[in-house]
Amino acid sequence: MALIDLANPTRFLALASRVLPWLAAVTAIVFAYGLYRVAYAPDDYQQGATVKIMFLHVPSAWLAMMGWGLMTVAALGTLVWRHPLADVAVKAAAPIGAAFTFICLVTGSLWGRPMWGTYWVWDARLTSVLVLFLLYLGMLALYWTADDPNRAARAAAILALVGAVNIPIIKFSVDWWNTLHQPASVVRMDGPAIDPTILVPLLVMALAFTLLFFTLHIAAMRNEILRRRVRSMRMMQAANA
Amino acid sequence: MTAFTSLILRDMRLSVRVGGGALMGALFYFVVVSMIPFAIGPDLNLLARIGPAMLWIGALLSTLLALDRLFASDHDDGSLDLLTMSSLPLELTVAAKAIAHWLTTALPLVIITPVLGLMLNIELSAMGYVALTLLAGTPSLTFIGLIGAALSVTLRRGGLLMAILVLPLTVPVLIFGVAAANAAIVGPAPFGPPFTILCALSLASFVLGPFAAAAALRQGQE
Amino acid sequence: MSLGPHASFIVVAYIATALVVAGLLIWIVRDYAVQRRILSDLESRGIKRRSQREDRV
Repeated sequence: MALIDLANPTRFLALASRVLPWLAAVTAIVFAYGLYRVAYAPDDYQQGATVKIMFLHVPSAWLAMMGWGLMTVAALGTLVWRHPLADVAVKAAAPIGAAFTFICLVTGSLWGRPMWGTYWVWDARLTSVLVLFLLYLGMLALYWTADDPNRAARAAAILALVGAVNIPIIKFSVDWWNTLHQPASVVRMDGPAIDPTILVPLLVMALAFTLLFFTLHIAAMRNEILRRRVRSMRMMQAANA
Repeated sequence: MTAFTSLILRDMRLSVRVGGGALMGALFYFVVVSMIPFAIGPDLNLLARIGPAMLWIGALLSTLLALDRLFASDHDDGSLDLLTMSSLPLELTVAAKAIAHWLTTALPLVIITPVLGLMLNIELSAMGYVALTLLAGTPSLTFIGLIGAALSVTLRRGGLLMAILVLPLTVPVLIFGVAAANAAIVGPAPFGPPFTILCALSLASFVLGPFAAAAALRQGQE
Repeated sequence: MSLGPHASFIVVAYIATALVVAGLLIWIVRDYAVQRRILSDLESRGIKRRSQREDRV
């Protein structure tokens, strides 16, 4: 199956309907196993049981970045190959990516309260995720305010690419800014190598989150295709009337 | 390069004419920065400490808000279509417009900075450095904002949406601009590293801005 | 399994994540039902897309 086959929305819809139940089932199974492993994971000698928040925080941070990466690739599809589903992919990924970025921020701040004594520190990592969240909100705002999907598609593709170029620069500058302002009193996450009893559940949870992302993304893409179909049918109706 | 320079001159002439937006950016900057002491109180020591940050926030907002209509007026009267079809590559056309905009909007802002600095109790010896950081950093703000201006033509929406899209992208410029200005005033970190990174950001945005803005405009014309 | 002195933070983190994911799921499932309903409604009124019309070349 080549990418060109997926260019036909009808074929994509058929494929999505066939794949989605299986993908959802696999996601549920991996999640169940991951949560089971998390429940029996040992406590960290330094952080105690709060290390359990990491099993949510790290996978959602990974998805926050992967979501923008996916939008960047799809944006190239819009601008370079005019792939008809590329913009559908960008639009469907934006709210899901924003939701996981939000989860990352919330769990990070809930982890920070017992560890750092405050809900929010302008820590380099939290701050760069915050800026990423702002970029996601900008992308959502762009789609909310646009009335013509074609214009929105191109604008969103350009924003996705500009964001992709900027995100490493933002990360670098926030790191620099943080070392300038923050004394090294904050507990650092990157201590010694992670013990396998914690690493394995973390990897399982990361896999579960990734599967969840793709399940939601394909379902949201299906919705978006149907929404565009409704739009074009309404325009036909208006033209015929 | 005659087309390029004549486009710069055309835009500058248009903006100093009645109805043009020259000096509005500097005026907005002056008003915003003068408002801030009313919010935080007239404590001169405090003002001196946060002065560079206030100047930078003022410069950021006024540069972006002034950019809102950069392409919109040309789009409304149809001259944008002519510019798109001219022999000059659209990237250079867009860059010329940005340069003209910087000369008429951002440069006056840099020039009045020392006056505002006096009101914020920034030392005279450091004032030159603060103005220098703005001189090096505002081109970057203009060229990043250029992308937003082009997108707002594509989307036929401007104002707040443009600010929402563009402001997160200016985080690095703000960080290094304020850091360089603070290094010049209070130290102890050296002025050099943040200032050179600020210059690097400006140079990078010279490349990124025109290409992204031209892509947005080209797509919008179809 | 004991969650230690900060149990409430861990529980709240898991509940918040579950709520956000549930919100996404409900939104996507409901959106799908809504779009399907509108589509079948339009189709029942005899409106066809360009690609379904007989007179196309």
